[in-house]
Amino acid sequence: MLKKIIISISLILFSVSSYADTIKVGILHSLSGTMAISETTLKDTMLMLIEEQNEKGGLLGKKLEAVVVDPASNWPLFAEKARELITVNGVDVMFGCWTSVSRKSVLPVIEELNGLLFYPVQYEGEESSKNVFYTGAAPNQQAIPATDYYLEELGIEKFALLGTDYVYPRTTNKILNQYLIDKGISESDIFVNYTPFGHSDWSKIVADVVALGADGKKVGVISTINGDANIGFYKELAAAGVNAEDIPVVAFSVGEEELSGLDTTNLVGHLAAWNYFQSAESDLNTAFIKSWKSKMGSERVTNDPMEAHVIGFNMYVKAVEKAGTTDIDAVRDAMYGVKVPNLTGGIAEMLPNHHLSKPVLIGEILENGQFDIISQTAEVPGDAWTDHLPESAILKSDWQSKDCGMINTNLGICVQQKSNY
Amino acid sequence: MSNYISNIAHRHMLIFIIAISIFSLFVTFLSEPYGNGLISTSFVKTLGKTVCLCIIALAMDIVWGYCGILSLGHFAFFGLGGYMIGMWLMYERTSIIVIESSVSELLPLTETELSAAIGNQIFGVVGGYEIPAIWMFADNLLIQLFLVVAVPGVLAFIFGWLAFRSRVTGVYLSILTQAMTLALSLYLFQNDSGLRGNNGLSGLQNIPGLEYLGQQIISIWFFWISCIFLLIIFLIFYLLIHSKFGLIITSIRDNETRVRFLGYNVEIYKLFVFVLTAIVSSIAGALYYPQAGIINPAELAPIASIYLAVWVAIGGRGTLYGAMIGAATVSLFSSWFTGGQAPDISFGILNIEWVNWWTVLLGFGFVVITIFSENGLLGLVKKIFVSEK
Amino acid sequence: MKIKFFILIPFLLVFNFSVLAHHNEFDSFINNNAELIIKSSSKTVDTVLNNIQKFESPLVSNFLELWKLKNLYFIKETRKIIYIKEKGDLIEAFEIDGITKIGIYDKKEIKKIKPNSGVRAKIDTLLVKYQIFNPDLTVRKKSIASLSRNIEPDHLPLLRKASNSEQNSELKDEIDNLLRFAVIKYSSSEVEKLDVINSFENNTNIAIRASLNQLLNSSDILVADTLPANKNIARVIVPGLTTKESNGSAGRIGILKSEKYEISINSAYDLLFKNNLVKKKRVTKENIKLSLKQNIKDNKVGEFPVHSLNDDKTRSRAYEQLAAKNLVSPYVSENEIEKVVSQFVFYSLYLEDSSNVTNAALRVLSSINLRVQIYKYIDLFVDGLSLASIYFLGAIGLAITFGVMRVINMAHGEFIMMGAYTGYVVQQFISNHTLSLLIALPLAFFVTFTAGIIMERLVIRHLYKKPLDTLLATFGISIALQQIAKNIFGTQARPLTSPSWLDGSLSLSDDLSISYIRIAIFILSLIFLALLLYVMKRTRLGLETRAVTQNPIMAANMGINPERINMITFGFGSGIAGIAGIAIGLFSKVTSELGSEYIVQSFMTVVVGGVGNIWGTLAGASLIGFLQKFIEWFNPSNTLAAQTYMIIFIILFIQFRPKGIVALKGRAADE
Repeated sequence: MLKKIIISISLILFSVSSYADTIKVGILHSLSGTMAISETTLKDTMLMLIEEQNEKGGLLGKKLEAVVVDPASNWPLFAEKARELITVNGVDVMFGCWTSVSRKSVLPVIEELNGLLFYPVQYEGEESSKNVFYTGAAPNQQAIPATDYYLEELGIEKFALLGTDYVYPRTTNKILNQYLIDKGISESDIFVNYTPFGHSDWSKIVADVVALGADGKKVGVISTINGDANIGFYKELAAAGVNAEDIPVVAFSVGEEELSGLDTTNLVGHLAAWNYFQSAESDLNTAFIKSWKSKMGSERVTNDPMEAHVIGFNMYVKAVEKAGTTDIDAVRDAMYGVKVPNLTGGIAEMLPNHHLSKPVLIGEILENGQFDIISQTAEVPGDAWTDHLPESAILKSDWQSKDCGMINTNLGICVQQKSNY
Repeated sequence: MSNYISNIAHRHMLIFIIAISIFSLFVTFLSEPYGNGLISTSFVKTLGKTVCLCIIALAMDIVWGYCGILSLGHFAFFGLGGYMIGMWLMYERTSIIVIESSVSELLPLTETELSAAIGNQIFGVVGGYEIPAIWMFADNLLIQLFLVVAVPGVLAFIFGWLAFRSRVTGVYLSILTQAMTLALSLYLFQNDSGLRGNNGLSGLQNIPGLEYLGQQIISIWFFWISCIFLLIIFLIFYLLIHSKFGLIITSIRDNETRVRFLGYNVEIYKLFVFVLTAIVSSIAGALYYPQAGIINPAELAPIASIYLAVWVAIGGRGTLYGAMIGAATVSLFSSWFTGGQAPDISFGILNIEWVNWWTVLLGFGFVVITIFSENGLLGLVKKIFVSEK
Repeated sequence: MKIKFFILIPFLLVFNFSVLAHHNEFDSFINNNAELIIKSSSKTVDTVLNNIQKFESPLVSNFLELWKLKNLYFIKETRKIIYIKEKGDLIEAFEIDGITKIGIYDKKEIKKIKPNSGVRAKIDTLLVKYQIFNPDLTVRKKSIASLSRNIEPDHLPLLRKASNSEQNSELKDEIDNLLRFAVIKYSSSEVEKLDVINSFENNTNIAIRASLNQLLNSSDILVADTLPANKNIARVIVPGLTTKESNGSAGRIGILKSEKYEISINSAYDLLFKNNLVKKKRVTKENIKLSLKQNIKDNKVGEFPVHSLNDDKTRSRAYEQLAAKNLVSPYVSENEIEKVVSQFVFYSLYLEDSSNVTNAALRVLSSINLRVQIYKYIDLFVDGLSLASIYFLGAIGLAITFGVMRVINMAHGEFIMMGAYTGYVVQQFISNHTLSLLIALPLAFFVTFTAGIIMERLVIRHLYKKPLDTLLATFGISIALQQIAKNIFGTQARPLTSPSWLDGSLSLSDDLSISYIRIAIFILSLIFLALLLYVMKRTRLGLETRAVTQNPIMAANMGINPERINMITFGFGSGIAGIAGIAIGLFSKVTSELGSEYIVQSFMTVVVGGVGNIWGTLAGASLIGFLQKFIEWFNPSNTLAAQTYMIIFIILFIQFRPKGIVALKGRAADE
């Protein structure tokens, strides 16, 4: 019985892997499970981009073919599916992952098999893999500028760092904590709290945040709260009568997609920091939103990770054209310095540390669930290793000339070529 | 009579030995490194993992199917085994990397610097750099292997002793075991637990010192080891349930009070079964996670343990084969259906996408099996077979 | 877009010709500073705001008002600042006098000026001056409200004047209130300050505490040979020992407190060095390492071979050797550092010079803080009560089915979810939130009641003799229902918005407030408690149910139909789950996993409380709710830990009271 199943399954697996003369693009996003809501959108974005590219005549005279798999929000499954994509399906490039855990799960596999992954989500940095291009924001492209905005524009003196208990908030808050201390904020003026995924009982935490104001300092909240938990958090904020003028909240994980599940009347004026907002004014963005809505429905919104995929995909196309092949090493070499326009009206460039240069946008939440962009910087180069932690400040990544993602600049040596996971 | 039983037993054991040998040879000759490569490395890993799931299904079958304790916590022991072995894998791999890269430093590292460097590599991603106290044996494979047995063993002993002593039985015990699992997974979800919180331990497929072999070979080796353990544990359990001990635990399942009145110390028997199966689950986990590559607290969530009960119930509890068949088929089908490879079925307006509807089918199918056949699919097959005769 | 037009109308009316005379100057001022206004930033906007006050008031205040409301625009090409009026798809541009037309532009040619909230706050502060004496009451109110966030020195005389002239008594109270803050902050008279401080006694308002605390701000750490006389000293600091308290005084590290001392001995030494009070610089471990690296010769540092330098002791010995040869700066030993540091006094001064003021502030603040502490305990109690009532609502349905029928319904959580989604769906059709809630509550009960009865008839009926099998079968239903909900509604959380009268919170003090929605849930659970007690104790159905609970066979002999009772009880329990779902959805969110989040807690509640007894469930819910809040209070930064410890406590609790807090007595207790 068991054997029969195995044979039939292995046959099915192999029937998929018929090598046709196409360029295969693996899409590694969860289509079921808790992350499906965020990641399905990215899968659809990729399918749309591939379709549009094929209408333009494909790439190197070949058609692009999407290979979609579902890692089902299950982190070990990400590694398994990545291996399958590379070895069984023979994809030339992969676009995928959302959570840091899933990326860390995929890392050993693609480094072993020399795959190529475009990772589109803002993340905690402290990583630069030879096989990953990070098209989302590094902390210096999101968290640090937002904190600067708090310090300089709003004059915040006391910080509440609230986060969901996982990698991205932990690392981001570690960096911010050090950064704030360097900026002269005393450690006792930084309140840190972690809550579990999907946390719903926010009354005490909100009360604690309000009580922070008792010593007369202006309080600001930096939120790395993830997903559903935001709903209860903002509801409790509104119930406690906290408005954006008294205690502003800047969120790094709340975008258009997340707000569409919320009643935003009580959130007006609170902030979010991203590299892209749907409300950005540029012709490219207008065109992108138009084709997205005509494909997916008029109520659908666009968000930052989608823009990251647009940039990543366009860069890949350019690099392949430049290299004249889909060979991974050749494409990687061709990627450095590739420039494509981003959707906010500037130019994104791929840097030798596998990160992008991106502008930082800060938006205020509007009643209609969109963001009003009140601050936009010039393009900021992404920094793989943060300058604000002593052990990372000495590290640098340069794959183009040094072939190393972790260079100790004091000693001028390559610490290691493989990533930590 | 006893001779007859042992004959039967020997025959069954022999059949199983032959079956598992054929199966593992079959896979080997179709694998990439040792055969014609018809079975991909990732599928070898899937098979290896499925074999580990069969091991824990056997354990679940003994504790529930034979002893009547519906534990909703055995997957927690499975996860603990994974964590114990994972700590060594991670620490050792990282320390090799750190020591290699420190060669180019001008001064040799002091012990504190070395541990800080290792700590920073392992815990840097979760915002720390100190190596927590629970990692103190992580540099020693033997101790860590011992902990694979000891930690879940001790936990199961304490929990079981407390629970059985107060005569907590039936659904109460199930809920308590579920609470234990929840407490454990919530504990591991914290970064303060020292096991990297939600991130868990990753990169476990890279075996320190064996990295030059490549995953193709390592995966088939792990597959063999898993098969060997399945075989050994099957044989042990088989002998156990066909001994006097087996009769007693089955009687406890059927009527606990009567067994107690016969003068047996029921609690000791239950405790022994609970601890033994916990250890077996842990071993299965220690084999599973190096193949999966990553372990995190979500793996220990209460629902995983309930799924384990579902596998065993679907396959057929109270028979060792049933438990294994249940675990293998349901987990393989699950990954096949949710993997997006199953063709969608279209009923005109209603388009059945298996990714979305598989769980619904599984849930209702399970209800039907529970109502109509106490002994799962195997029991159903037997029923039909017998009635046809 | 209508709004903009309405703002323009009063604006246009205000203008007269005398204003127009000044217009040219103002216009050129604005356009000279166009870049500062367009890219307004808190850092640079001050020059504009300082200079803009020179101009005639209606012109300035209207300009500022529009700027604040994000109703200023500029022409992209010329970067000229304009007012606009929409004309269909096109835009009509005006000079900033609001009268002179500039021309018609395409929407793409102009851009909105968006001041950030920091700039808006500054504009607000400036506007106070123009609006505080405005004849319109609402304008005055708004300006006072905005002032409460940011009082500047200029405002003290303004507020004094406004306090005298204000006619509206309500507003006058507010102005007087603000005046007190202004006095504390900026008044030069000590007597006046003391009066205000004393008037704050026992008032726990957070703004008052804030202003008192600001009086107690203290300087950075200072150092001297002896403590200076005639200074308002906040605290004397012992390096490595004392902590800094929030009121500026020094504290000691307690056993339980996790806080750190204010300055370490090493940093104290560094401070001495910085102030030129000691000559030798402290050598850190990193310094040692660096110096050793620089002095490696032939694989040796002095006499020490490089490979031996792998512990701190050898390294410092090697360093001392280098220091002896004057190759590196001299080493300062730990003993020496300690000795030197102990020869100096470290202290901090209050920024407020008058010790009378700081003493008064300290006294008043400590009496306030005592009160705040009491409020915090009450708040903790209220939080616990609220959580307990939520657990009670989630568990009470389960208590009925589990208690009466000994059936573990793993799908109970999914019934809660179904109730919550019912509320969501109703809201999609009925936009009035109050009405939709009134419809959703009975509907949710009906939906889950029906679902419960269907489940009982189809599944549970067949498994009454096998409780473990029921557990698994209902689990099967649970995962199926959860997935169906995902397929229908998606995985994203759906909003269940409460009616506006449930928004906000009942606030007894800034530290003691509870949202109305939680009060509503509390009341709802009280209603259910009363209802259930009534049904169980006073009705025929309750009597029959209790009979079946205690002995089904005997009950059947007495002419009760246990099957019917079971069915109704199960439906009833499920129906209550549906209503609980709406309550939970209102205060958090509606997702397909809503139920599974509460199911384990609900089981705990029932088991801890004791099966088959409503009072038991109440006791269980209270114990768990209060316990969780209590543990959270001990360890505020980690909510997960609180949950873990709570479950461990419950597991231990069951060991010692296996039948729960309220145990059934008699035959029903035997199983």
